[in-house]
Amino acid sequence: MTMFQLEFMQRALIAGLLTGLSAPAIGTYLVQRRLSLMGDGIGHIAITGVALGLLTGTEPVFTAIIVSIAGATAIEFVRARGKASGDVALALLFYGGIAGGVLLIGLAGQGAATLNTYLFGSLTTVSSSDLYVVVGLAVTVLVIAIGLGPQLFAVCQDEEFARVTGLRVQLLNLLIAVMAAVTVTVAMRTVGLLLVSALMVVPVATAQQVTRSFRSTFVTACAIGVTACLAGIITSYNANVAPGATIVVLALAGFVVAATVGTLLRRRAGRSAPLDDEEPEVGVPGPAPHVVSAGHPHAHGEECSHKKVDHGDHVDYVHDGHLHARHGDHWDEH
Amino acid sequence: MTPTVSTPIGAEPDTAAKAVQVTDLSVDLGGRLVLRGVDLQIRQGEVVAVLGTNGSGKSTLIKTIVGLLPAARGEVQLFGTPVPRFRAWKRIGYVPQRITAAGGVPATVYEVVSSGLLSRRRLFAPLGAAGKAAIEDALRVVDMADRRKDAVAELSGGQQQRVLIARALVSDPELLILDEPTAGVDLASQQIFADAIRERVQRGTTVVMVSHDLGPMDALIDRSVILRRGRIVYDGPPHASQTNAHVHHSHDARNDSGWLTS
Repeated sequence: MTMFQLEFMQRALIAGLLTGLSAPAIGTYLVQRRLSLMGDGIGHIAITGVALGLLTGTEPVFTAIIVSIAGATAIEFVRARGKASGDVALALLFYGGIAGGVLLIGLAGQGAATLNTYLFGSLTTVSSSDLYVVVGLAVTVLVIAIGLGPQLFAVCQDEEFARVTGLRVQLLNLLIAVMAAVTVTVAMRTVGLLLVSALMVVPVATAQQVTRSFRSTFVTACAIGVTACLAGIITSYNANVAPGATIVVLALAGFVVAATVGTLLRRRAGRSAPLDDEEPEVGVPGPAPHVVSAGHPHAHGEECSHKKVDHGDHVDYVHDGHLHARHGDHWDEH
Repeated sequence: MTPTVSTPIGAEPDTAAKAVQVTDLSVDLGGRLVLRGVDLQIRQGEVVAVLGTNGSGKSTLIKTIVGLLPAARGEVQLFGTPVPRFRAWKRIGYVPQRITAAGGVPATVYEVVSSGLLSRRRLFAPLGAAGKAAIEDALRVVDMADRRKDAVAELSGGQQQRVLIARALVSDPELLILDEPTAGVDLASQQIFADAIRERVQRGTTVVMVSHDLGPMDALIDRSVILRRGRIVYDGPPHASQTNAHVHHSHDARNDSGWLTS
């Protein structure tokens, strides 16, 4: 019996495939608006959600999604209104999330082992009801991330411009935050809450090494995410280690390879096509012609009677209505 | 005047809606009044330069006109509609003041320019043939057609600014609003978008631009408005002395070095 015939492995692979697609998809928008760590923050907050589910006996996926959407909305609100103290407010939310989670888990009387499966992912815990939720959520995220691509791109690229084209910027920002929260919950089972942000950011960073356009970055990042997730799950089964860590280590290895290849490609492209001089210099006078004073027997200096004039980095001497400057062993007309 | 422009918009009767109408506008930024009781009317087809020193409120005025900042008192109307209720954003082309057009993920010149068409696109709808033609046209106008597949982050400052101008022109706006379009831009690029804007002006586009230094755009201006400490201190035809009124230091080489070293 191969691992692909095991039902829990089939579920884990389907969940992994969808996580590998949706995390980099939303991650591309987060990286573009320079909010790479937002996924991390939401992951921390989701820990409280999972703990709340365990404490109240509710399905942890549902409580996690509700708490992380609330947290993501709070982060977006703080970001939009808070300005300077935004990062501090985010940090407070992160710490609150993880501390709240650990406290609630303690109250629920469940040990570190249960929490660990949510923190770092686990192959065997994806139940069939989990799988339906994961598929539904991941498909919704992908449809929005691709269908509203041009609008989301504009908002992440230049928020002010997006507002003046009449886009509902606040609504779209909130949509990105909610999609990030949903993705965190989707990825919780395979990658785990502490490493989910890595799957949002690392494939995008990897893709960027070799891409030039937003669209190709998006597609390449999704392909890398899927590869890392599926390969990670299979390795995790064979080596009996936590899938989250395996997936992230594989994704990071991909980054190292891409960064090296990208550097080599750029270096080669730079050598074959040197930077062309496409900006003609306008209004800058060319260098003055170099005129050597013919037969100049006299050496100017501190002692001579000729008037000294500062001229940039050197001194000119006024000599019969000309300016003379020392240039090596002779005198130039300036 | 070429015969193709049969009805110059500048000759419209006074009853036509003003492109921009600012009435008794005050704007408060963090408790400080940056604009105080500004009144400004811009007719359709006019080309207006808003001049002033740093901190005079000219960028604040532009941002309030396009609705990025709220008015503390008074009102801004675009084409006769108060800005908070204005929805016809496809009539407006905006070039924000910025140093770079690049975000955290690479994006090509084509992708950035295509986001200028969003005011005309419906949600979940792909880009049509007309849109693609408009993008090609806008790229050609700013002389960036051969760079369409290049990442904007790899372009020079002047080229990036040209991309932002193309993004504003691509939707064929009736009112073009530019915030410091020439800041930090080489003369060759300045000349290219002075030409691009001249072409629009001949088709009747209204232009409002904020600038420290108009450069090659100077010849296009019909009217200049000078702000000082949040108030309009001059509004009328441009003169050399007035367009230079904001220059505090002389460009004489000797004084310049003294001004830099002191």
